[in-house]
Amino acid sequence: MTAVNPAATTSADTPIITATGVVKTFGGLRAVDVEKVTIRRNKITALIGPNGAGKTTFFNLLTGFDQVDSGVITLDGEDITGTPPHRLAAKGMVRTFQLTKALAKLSTIENMKLGALDQLGEKFWAALIPGSWRKQEREIEARADAILKRFNLTHMRDEFAGTMSGGQRKLLEMARALMTDPRVVMLDEPMAGVNPALAQSLLELIKMLPGEGRTVIFVEHNMDVVQEISDWVIVMAEGRIIAEGTPAEIKSNKAVVDAYLGAHHGEDLSKVELT
Amino acid sequence: MDWGFILERTFSAMIGPEVMIYALAAVGLNVHFGYTGLMNFGQVGFMAAGAYGVGVTVFWLNWSFWIGILFVFVYAAVLALLLGIPTLRLRADYLGLVTIAASETVRLLARSRVMKPITGGVEGIDKFAEPFYNLSPFELGKFYSLGPFKYLGRDVWVLMVGWTLLILVTLMVQQLMRSPWGRTLRAIREDEDAARALGKNAYYYKMQSLMLGGMIGALAGLIQVIQKSSVQADTFNPVITFTIWTILIIGGPGRVWSPIVGSSIYWTLIVFVENTLRQLPAGARQTLQDTVELSDFNIGMLRFMLVGGGLLLLARYRPQGIFGSREEMALDRR
Repeated sequence: MTAVNPAATTSADTPIITATGVVKTFGGLRAVDVEKVTIRRNKITALIGPNGAGKTTFFNLLTGFDQVDSGVITLDGEDITGTPPHRLAAKGMVRTFQLTKALAKLSTIENMKLGALDQLGEKFWAALIPGSWRKQEREIEARADAILKRFNLTHMRDEFAGTMSGGQRKLLEMARALMTDPRVVMLDEPMAGVNPALAQSLLELIKMLPGEGRTVIFVEHNMDVVQEISDWVIVMAEGRIIAEGTPAEIKSNKAVVDAYLGAHHGEDLSKVELT
Repeated sequence: MDWGFILERTFSAMIGPEVMIYALAAVGLNVHFGYTGLMNFGQVGFMAAGAYGVGVTVFWLNWSFWIGILFVFVYAAVLALLLGIPTLRLRADYLGLVTIAASETVRLLARSRVMKPITGGVEGIDKFAEPFYNLSPFELGKFYSLGPFKYLGRDVWVLMVGWTLLILVTLMVQQLMRSPWGRTLRAIREDEDAARALGKNAYYYKMQSLMLGGMIGALAGLIQVIQKSSVQADTFNPVITFTIWTILIIGGPGRVWSPIVGSSIYWTLIVFVENTLRQLPAGARQTLQDTVELSDFNIGMLRFMLVGGGLLLLARYRPQGIFGSREEMALDRR
């Protein structure tokens, strides 16, 4: 493991994540073939592209849920290629899932408390001695309650997460991710299945993250959302990155429109053209 | 028909050695399945590991019984590692396949001729538990009774030690499951990937769970062979595993006290049905005789059929078990 360069961690100009020459194949399919991607620190970066473009696979590679065939991924200058997900979480990189993973038979507050890192009571022997972790547990609980309040989930605090609506689960998953106090928050389709009223508050919550020193990367299909909150947009198609730029640049980019044209003959396409 | 005798047997069964031993094994399975979601279909293998932990030490190594007790846990931990290392990174079903095969491997290996100098082969091992019974404050051959409960002195001693251990182990599991450690296990049961994304090393926790539950199973195996005063390979057959599963399902997986209550209900029913069948009045016996001969073997089978019918009713009307919550169970289907 290379030492983290303190200058690099503080400089706002250096990228927080880089992926170089990253290739992932499934059988004969080249699911991801990315020459070079850099993610800017404390910005919101959107990853868009038609279905099957390799967005989620790329996400899985960045978060350690899948292993690259070749290539190098770095986090703050540290090579994290092949690092398992739980180690990445400890390094400040957390993700959510396209299909929400609320832990149904744990209460909302338990879901939240699970997210805290370095818990003393997570060690087997310490677990037997409540005195050794109770104080920390109370601190974690207070932090969890504060985040729940911010996400407007306090009324669900002691309910099983399984009783929540789809939108509430999305909120809970993001709130739980914040319990790890991450530097990088990776959201896989955070808006999917969320009703419009809830969607707006979710957007506001995402927009606040860069101000807290967190970098956001998200996969999204809804172009309005992408236009509204992202600082930078990366477009993937057939495993490759075909364009990147500011939202304004992307909406007028011919390659992007073509990529969507090629894959979609429906309404999404017209949205891309118009907005 | 001697109701007094039937009730005495039934009451004594309610907290008898079988209840205690199977409850202990089910506490281990509850750690595996109820809290961590591990499909262990070879809990009897861990019991055998416990039984031979002490048996082999005394019989083959000629070491003390008390050192043997250490080996009970060593064997269980080694078995858990052997099972866990190749399977815990894979999907849940693979552990199920490997555990059922491994528990049969343990049994067949232990009874094989090659292993005879070590395990005693089919003849098994006896005369190893004297140091335990020497400590007994009760006269081993004398009957003791308290209210409706009546046991031999040697069983009273086994029960006293066994129930103490069972309660202690249950309280330990309760404490563990209330801790952040237990919360992580339950999170892994619900969704392993979510736990991993939140910084939990799921593989490591599943291994700890497998070892803990396995050691508790081994303790059950140890008490079983002490109670029988013999280690017999063939007593550790897969039926035991499924009985333990039945007990856990009756009580409700993932609840602290369900192994004890499930085991008590199961064995009370078995003993009640068996003794009632044996004590049927002559008329009823004669009527039944035309359809089924009430031999010892048939009674043994009949009691399982009747208890099986009862379990079907439980599965239909109370699928969550005695302690489980229906509301909680419904969450699975959402």
